[in-house]
Amino acid sequence: MYLKGRGRNFIQGVKEGLPIGLGYLSVAFAFGVKASLLGVPALITVLISMTNLTSAGQLAGITVIAEAGTILEMIATQLIINSRYSLMSISLSQKAVGNYTIPKRLFSSAFVTDEIFAVAVTKPSFGFPFFTGLSLLPYVGWVSGTVAGVLLGNVLPVEIQSALGIAIYAMFIAIIIPPAETNFAVLTVLFFSAGLSCLFYFVPFLSKTFSTGTAVIICAVVTAAVVSLIFPIKEKEYE
Amino acid sequence: MSSGTMILMILAMAVTTYILRSIPFVFIRRKIKSRYLKSFFFYVPYAVLSAMTFPYILYSTGNFLAAAIGTAVGLIAALFRRSLLMVAVLSCIAVLIVNYIPVIF
Repeated sequence: MYLKGRGRNFIQGVKEGLPIGLGYLSVAFAFGVKASLLGVPALITVLISMTNLTSAGQLAGITVIAEAGTILEMIATQLIINSRYSLMSISLSQKAVGNYTIPKRLFSSAFVTDEIFAVAVTKPSFGFPFFTGLSLLPYVGWVSGTVAGVLLGNVLPVEIQSALGIAIYAMFIAIIIPPAETNFAVLTVLFFSAGLSCLFYFVPFLSKTFSTGTAVIICAVVTAAVVSLIFPIKEKEYE
Repeated sequence: MSSGTMILMILAMAVTTYILRSIPFVFIRRKIKSRYLKSFFFYVPYAVLSAMTFPYILYSTGNFLAAAIGTAVGLIAALFRRSLLMVAVLSCIAVLIVNYIPVIF
């Protein structure tokens, strides 16, 4: 429901962004810890969170940095891993109403994430104040969570640090498992991609030839390309 | 990696991610028709997260056994639909416990 009046819309957005912000706080914390375990400088890690606002892309990014990869590899990993945002932006673009000018669109695009998209796309339409309000707390949560992660990641006892190393992967599991329980195609994607990824990790020739970032790209593209042929999604999904 | 290269890296990262989000938001005002493309984009995030998690999660704590048990605990917690935070906390606790067992005995 598109409510008239700037303030009301902004506040409404902030309210709907609160749960997302709280969730991001913990994911970003796990990311910060992981980055400090990989030896990425604290300032670089925080800058990455301030300019990217995406978990999988950022984890792949710090991996490329930690493995001393190339700029080209960095661009390629981000293009593939974050490609879904383009589709989300297309959907959002059609629902953006109320004098949503190009500068406003340029500003809002920085905050297109899976969760913000999920909230905004369920509205019949939304304006700039609503979307800005919606983005506020997720952004604050993401950046402050990262700061907390890099600070604590260096201070905590080694045993706790190493235990926290699993946190971001556990969160990924929490994201991918529930939909796979009810959607066989998603389950297929998970097994196919994990299987390929293990090949790239364990087969000496493959692990020597391809860096982690490149391996993730190949796994994702091959898996999505093949499974899309076998199980095309129903028209309603991803609208 | 020098700090200059690192700055270039994060610049490349930020610009790439931003372009993916902004170009469609500003310029595209109509829907994607191709069912294949829609399917492809729908599956990519799951494929990415799965490839990034396996097998790397098993080497994420410096102790293979602890990580394997942490992974199992995370999978079970996710199957029981626990929240992101709860799944992560339970996995970490499992890893901590396994790490401390040799200390206790």
